[in-house]
Amino acid sequence: MDFGFTDDQREIQRTARDLLSERATPARVREHAEARTVDETLWRELSGLGWPGIAISEEHGGQGLGQIELSILCEELGRSLAPVPFLPSAMAAAVIEQAGSAEQCERWLPGLASGETIGALGAAVDGVAELVIGGADAQVLVLVEDDGSGQLLGADEAEVSPLAAIDPTRSAARVSAADGAGEPLGDVCAGLGRALVSVSSELVGVCDRALAMTVDYVKERHQFGVPVGAYQAVSHRCAQMLLDTEKARSTAAFAAWTADADPERLAEAAAMAKASASDAGREVTASAIQAHGGIGFTWEADVHWLYKRAQLDAALLGGAKRHRAQLAAILADRLGASAAA
Amino acid sequence: MDLTFSGQETAFRDELREWLSVNKPGPAPTSEGEDGQYAWRREWQRKLYDAGWAAPAWPTEYGGRGASLTESAIYFEELGRARVPMAANVLGLLLGGPTLMVWGSDEQKERYLSPILSGEEIWCQGFSEPDAGSDLASLKTKAVKDGEEWVVTGQKVWTSGAQYSKWCMLVARSDSGIAKHKGLTYFLMDMEQDAVQVRPLRQITGEAEFNELFIEEARIPDANVVGGVGNGWKVALTTLMNERAGLGFALQIRLRQLLDDVIAIAAGRGLLEDPLYADAIAELHVRCESIRLLAWKGLTDVERYGQPGPEGSLVKWLWSDTNQRLTQLAVDIVGADALTVGESWSYELLRARGNTIEGGTTEVLKNIIAERVLGLPRLKVAA
Repeated sequence: MDFGFTDDQREIQRTARDLLSERATPARVREHAEARTVDETLWRELSGLGWPGIAISEEHGGQGLGQIELSILCEELGRSLAPVPFLPSAMAAAVIEQAGSAEQCERWLPGLASGETIGALGAAVDGVAELVIGGADAQVLVLVEDDGSGQLLGADEAEVSPLAAIDPTRSAARVSAADGAGEPLGDVCAGLGRALVSVSSELVGVCDRALAMTVDYVKERHQFGVPVGAYQAVSHRCAQMLLDTEKARSTAAFAAWTADADPERLAEAAAMAKASASDAGREVTASAIQAHGGIGFTWEADVHWLYKRAQLDAALLGGAKRHRAQLAAILADRLGASAAA
Repeated sequence: MDLTFSGQETAFRDELREWLSVNKPGPAPTSEGEDGQYAWRREWQRKLYDAGWAAPAWPTEYGGRGASLTESAIYFEELGRARVPMAANVLGLLLGGPTLMVWGSDEQKERYLSPILSGEEIWCQGFSEPDAGSDLASLKTKAVKDGEEWVVTGQKVWTSGAQYSKWCMLVARSDSGIAKHKGLTYFLMDMEQDAVQVRPLRQITGEAEFNELFIEEARIPDANVVGGVGNGWKVALTTLMNERAGLGFALQIRLRQLLDDVIAIAAGRGLLEDPLYADAIAELHVRCESIRLLAWKGLTDVERYGQPGPEGSLVKWLWSDTNQRLTQLAVDIVGADALTVGESWSYELLRARGNTIEGGTTEVLKNIIAERVLGLPRLKVAA
């Protein structure tokens, strides 16, 4: 048993972290967030490096690596809040690759792998997805329904109404598909499982950054003559942030591993990861604002971008309660199955 | 990342599982009280010992199997899964033996290890005192040299199994003139002397798992000093580090079993479809799985990279909190039975309150995480 990364995976992580710390600096992120624009220069650079296609098969123009490698990039992009449509595109690609026909894969995956095509994935009810992250920039949209069915739409086949989401580092839209528009997909469960893992990994990165910023801040900020981080009311809050983050990290890592190594357990593992990461994302970034005190409530401090990203990611493809309901159903099924056997 | 066992580890697990399925003891005796229970656990240890399963993590030269950390964790998981009792001499096997292997003289290893393994001599731990709990190094039990012997006077508390023990791992102050950590020495104290009085400490469950020790001029030969005079703090830390390593895996499985029991009861009452219960149960399931993953990650990181991560304190914190939530939810699901003396769920509910105190209070764990993992400053408390 080994929870560590391989040398190659560690190298991907290090390269990504180095690159993003140079390219997606807080100042640069702020500039794009305030203008609500994608960082096109960065997206072109990441595309040139093959990031969007990291987990897409080589046959379809990707690098053919696994969910673990994809999750590493998601975590680093979450940490930096880079204003690029990486996550929505990668989630759409995962569902198309797992649930699409040969023809659909042929048509969309090479563009998604090269970064020339932007994708987005939304949870829909009767063809309407209220909040699709990246939806306003996407050329291909994937809508998945509760019953495991899905449809694939070109941007011109759907009605896309851009929304000004509280997280301005990525676009968002309400997407609806007229009856019979687009093309049906096969069973989306496996692809959806992978998408849930990716967003969970992004949330782990967001939490990790929020904790790091908070620890730095409470060491520096003095009140009553001591660093505020010396007070247990503050330091124990930080310990709780670490616990929440590590709990989310452990379940996200497990789910990423199951995607390729033990796909039978992916549905359960992905639901655990998303439930854990959604809660952690909200709690940890809220704690980060609280521990920053008055500064944390200002537009000028960067900590609110993390809170906003976490709120969007936590809601994406269903929040913690929804995934816990899913888990309870899985547990009930398992009991039923063992009773029947 | 590879979250499967190796062929060798799987073989180890299967061999143990097979052995347990044939040899696991029957239910605990209910009529003869605590002494009867203890005799039953002692018999169980003898059975483990005869089959070479008393302490697989011990090196083969001391009668163990030289099991790896992973195999040792598998061992505790399997014992937990089989729902067998703890071996009678659990403190000797997990704490005393491993501490002697690090700090003991050749003579001490020769003299003490074998009877620990067989359960012939039971060990207990004399660390905590009424005024030295979380601040262990402030302990006051005094040891004064008198020729070839030490004369020890003081009081210890939370000493489980003291009434059955031959030896006590005792930390006492051998030099009160120097800074608090430096004046401590680690002794092996013979419990069979009149100067040592054992008084049961009744806990909130009504039973007495622990004791108080009243020590009035007990005699300890100089040969029973472990790790050298004045080195007691370091030796004690070795004991404390061993405390969480193995036991954690047994506790983790125990939690899983309790949760499975709760899920089965909830399903039987149709509560798995009730969104309020479903949500709480699913959250416990996530926590339980997370504890398992974090525990394994902590262990395999040590095995592979020689460095423990921050998981140890996190796992203990998350486990204790989760066990309390679980037993509380069980009350809601089970109903009156869970609030009735003598029922297992009422026992679990009450016993769980100790979890966030024993083996490091949650408050101390948070301090450790804040200071040693996150590097936050420590608040200077005026003396």
